[in-house]
Amino acid sequence: MKDFIIPDRDYGTPAAKSKQMVTLTIDGFDVTVPEGTSIMRAAAEIGISVPKLCATDSVDAFGSCRLCLVEIEGRNGTPASCTTPVAAGLKVTTQNAKLKQLRRGVMELYISDHPLDCLTCSANGDCELQDMAGAVGLRDVRYEAVQTHFRAKDTSGQVNAQYIPRDDSNPYFSYDPQKCIVCSRCVRACEEVQGTFALTIEGRGFDSRVSFGAKTDTALTSDCVSCGACVAACPTATLQEKSIIDIGTPERSVITTCAYCGVGCSFKAELRGDELVRMVPYKHGKANRGHSCVKGRFAYGYASHQDRILNPMIRENISDPWREVSWAEAMEFTATRMQGIIDKHGRHSVGVITSSRCTNEEAYLVQKLTRAVFMNNNTDTCARVCHSPTGYGLGQTLGTSAGTQDFDSVEHTDVVIVIGANPTDGHPVFASRLKKRLRAGAKLIVIDPRRTDIVQSPHIKAAHHLALTPGTNVAVVTALAHVIVTEGLFDEAFIRERCDWDEFQNYAEFAARPENSPESTALLTGVSAEELRAAARLYAKGGNGAIYYGLGVTEHSQGSTTVIGIANLAMMTGNVGRAGVGVNPLRGQNNVQGSCDMGSFPHELPGYRHVKGEGVREIFQKVWGVQIDDEPGLRIPNMLDAAVEGTFKGLYCQGEDILQSDPDTKHVAAGLAAMDCVIVHDLFLNETANYAHVFLPGSTFLEKDGTFTNAERRINRVRKVMAPRNGYADWEVTQMLANAMLKQSGRAPWGYTHPSQIMDEIAMTTPSFAGVSYERLEELGSVQWPCNEAAPEGTPLMHVDGFVRGKGKFINTEYVATDERTGPRFPLLLTTGRILSQYNVGAQTRRTANVAWHTEDLLEIHPHDAEVRGIKDGDYVRLASRAGETSLRAKVTDRVNPGVVYTTFHHPDTQANVITTDYSDWATNCPEYKVTAVQVGLSNGPSEWQKDYAAQAAYSRRIAAAE
Amino acid sequence: MLDTATLTSRTDEILAAHSGREGALLPILHDIQAEFGYVPQESLPQIARALNISRAEVHGVVSFYHDFREAPAGRHVVKLCRAEACQAMGADSLSAHARAKLGVDWHETTPDGAVTLEPVFCLGLCACGPAAMIDGKLTARLDNAKLDTILGDLA
Repeated sequence: MKDFIIPDRDYGTPAAKSKQMVTLTIDGFDVTVPEGTSIMRAAAEIGISVPKLCATDSVDAFGSCRLCLVEIEGRNGTPASCTTPVAAGLKVTTQNAKLKQLRRGVMELYISDHPLDCLTCSANGDCELQDMAGAVGLRDVRYEAVQTHFRAKDTSGQVNAQYIPRDDSNPYFSYDPQKCIVCSRCVRACEEVQGTFALTIEGRGFDSRVSFGAKTDTALTSDCVSCGACVAACPTATLQEKSIIDIGTPERSVITTCAYCGVGCSFKAELRGDELVRMVPYKHGKANRGHSCVKGRFAYGYASHQDRILNPMIRENISDPWREVSWAEAMEFTATRMQGIIDKHGRHSVGVITSSRCTNEEAYLVQKLTRAVFMNNNTDTCARVCHSPTGYGLGQTLGTSAGTQDFDSVEHTDVVIVIGANPTDGHPVFASRLKKRLRAGAKLIVIDPRRTDIVQSPHIKAAHHLALTPGTNVAVVTALAHVIVTEGLFDEAFIRERCDWDEFQNYAEFAARPENSPESTALLTGVSAEELRAAARLYAKGGNGAIYYGLGVTEHSQGSTTVIGIANLAMMTGNVGRAGVGVNPLRGQNNVQGSCDMGSFPHELPGYRHVKGEGVREIFQKVWGVQIDDEPGLRIPNMLDAAVEGTFKGLYCQGEDILQSDPDTKHVAAGLAAMDCVIVHDLFLNETANYAHVFLPGSTFLEKDGTFTNAERRINRVRKVMAPRNGYADWEVTQMLANAMLKQSGRAPWGYTHPSQIMDEIAMTTPSFAGVSYERLEELGSVQWPCNEAAPEGTPLMHVDGFVRGKGKFINTEYVATDERTGPRFPLLLTTGRILSQYNVGAQTRRTANVAWHTEDLLEIHPHDAEVRGIKDGDYVRLASRAGETSLRAKVTDRVNPGVVYTTFHHPDTQANVITTDYSDWATNCPEYKVTAVQVGLSNGPSEWQKDYAAQAAYSRRIAAAE
Repeated sequence: MLDTATLTSRTDEILAAHSGREGALLPILHDIQAEFGYVPQESLPQIARALNISRAEVHGVVSFYHDFREAPAGRHVVKLCRAEACQAMGADSLSAHARAKLGVDWHETTPDGAVTLEPVFCLGLCACGPAAMIDGKLTARLDNAKLDTILGDLA
């Protein structure tokens, strides 16, 4: 694929990293480049494009197409410029009579086995083969094509055995072998960029063809994960997005940020008119470096899905059908209801939930709505149910509620610990970068109950997989500390300089206790002491050690303790404050970092500053012109408890489906049902909307301006590529609601006309964002907070010269078993997670062709546990816990240990959260999704609860016919 | 045909014999072919898992080498050289004769399962073409009559 909208030069080969510079002469021009650069790239640096087909700068040079030949003074022959490195003083000629003739000859051979249907070809205008034919001046092909790959029948009318029909099995791209020039760019992209090795070249000589998987595989049945790297690398129409085949080439492009996971990939949204033609990963995106996954690259169809609600709707009672109304009427209705609740039950009876899917500016406005319009601190966000322990744990120990590194840091790491995270499914683009580093020799330790793909997949194998029993993270992390302390593997100089030595002594004494030794905890955790000791030694002494962790750490009753334990490990081994090390939460949602930064928590104003702080309140009081409540507000679970008790009556919930994503579904439903005004602001009638009185249609990330902050604290611009189909961007809707309420109480309205003004207000009030503005973001592309006077270009690495909080703080990590125990009735432990093709509650991905990979949630169960229950692969099983029960199909696999079962929560008809309990983290109330005692048995079909739920959902989604 | 259980267990034994060896794929494939007479598609995922590579990679290697068979050969394998030197000495007419005589085309096996006919590109006997390889044994300076004698001995 070539880049034809914003000419974004393809340098042919990757950049060399050497600091040593070399000067040579190309076509009479001097050029100075790093040692190890190819001649092709050096030429490109001075604007000379040597013709090429098999080279592209996302993969290493290969030297197979023989089009990029050059002459070098004093050397024999015509070497390929892509595989020939520069050397001092070389005199290179890229164009002369001999080279022209050679190239034309090569092109003639290529074209002799290529159909000449350029005008009707889907790659017309987007084809490098076409360009190269032009570049070398091909005017005639002397060879008569006798044997070809592109004629379905040969000249005598017989079926051509060499012809392979198009493979359309992948829902997003097609593979058309007749257009293939066998340059291997796709195979190399799959190997080098994505790291899946799903492609190969089969056969040899003229028979060579690209093959997905083995002989009988199609693109869909092969190992292909549909990341699109091969499609991006393909120079012809061979691998092509189906959207291009359907629509044609785009005519403009807007750089924006993906709205799926916390990696925050930069994309070019390519459009024709206002029709989105394709999403292409942006080469200069600093989080993804030109790579993508199936979700960001292809799964954007939900934005134009028929289920999307485009008009506001209201109803008196949740048993009524929905009534479509104008925006004005919806606002009037909502404001009156909310004001009525406040008048009757007091200002603390209402609250908001900000969205980690929406922009920083939108999250900021929603928390401002509750603080400055409702006049309370009842704001919470979905980080409550995912990374709130990260905020607490890292804040306490290191001083900032965020990861310490940028993603580039992984290129410098020697030992990686992945704990409670499944990056190949949850954070695929980061996983590809990690796998690349692992293939280059870095060592991996995985701490996870399941054998995830990062533990072992082609060319990747973890040195140690500590398959612990769910719920014993703290014991394992403390045991690692025990080994490091008792074997003297800690970095004393670092601790003395950067932390408090006495505090460390205290922690060391605690960790060294015999009950924390791997031998003592082995029975509890199920992890072999020998394996754990080896892992601890490797992390402490294996060079740059980096820890990446996910929700498997935080979503536990001791989530915060594990985060603290992880920070302790990093500090005691000196693995903080430089490239290649650090503590890195892999955040789940595109803007969960941002929504936390923006003061979405009930006790914190933007920038993680406690509402008790008078000085902080003063800043916002001055700007907002109101008195801010000095008491922290309610967290989501407290809101629901209060609702059931009858003291919490109104909720504005933006872009989150708490009924599906929060634990103990029955309790959430009871809380929502008890409220007088539930306002759901979303793209779809989600599960929560079944209990809503007001539905405000939302806008997608394609339809608004703003910023997202990813897991590496990077503030990326989201740019409006088309007008909101519902009429208003989400920030405008929040402002309309605020103004409707302000009008009723006779106060002055808000007057933002562009999100940049909201960002200016954030910068004005929040020190870590002081230097952030849209102009700055235009200039730098993106910026990592803190960005202020001290760090005008942002901060890629945190804690470089000292911890943000001053001295790093060691806190003891006492293991306390969760109250959720297995017993005779519930002998198995359920843990939950995600899968690559689906995202979170699936509201978006279920409305795309991604369902080709994952149509329903499955229960993974070990063959032993399955056998004693008489369960076979594919059987319908009943999954029951103390909280509830549901049914789904079983998948018998040894990925999970005996005693552990696993499922995903992407589908509302399964509702895995009916099973999960209301146990939660001691510090932050983050729910314990990852440990539930369950029983599994054969079943005939959906549970009673599932049937009731489906009936209620269908009933509640009725929309009255327009009159 | 082999049943799956035998195939899996024999493949496992072969894989175990090469465990830990560097560059084990080709030796494993040779042993598989020696064991089964061909490289069964079903064994590819098993080999891939053992070597921690993808099944696409195994397929790429297997399909690159013409000597790795997808199906068992006949009892005897006749490989006629079709490279340039032998062509100059009449290999084309010799191979036409062989195909007619056996009643099969390239890569096919006679209905009685006796002979599989295969082309080969250079046996290194360019000085004494046309050359052939019969069940791994080289023979040279062939003509139709000599080939007939050889084929007549194969049963």
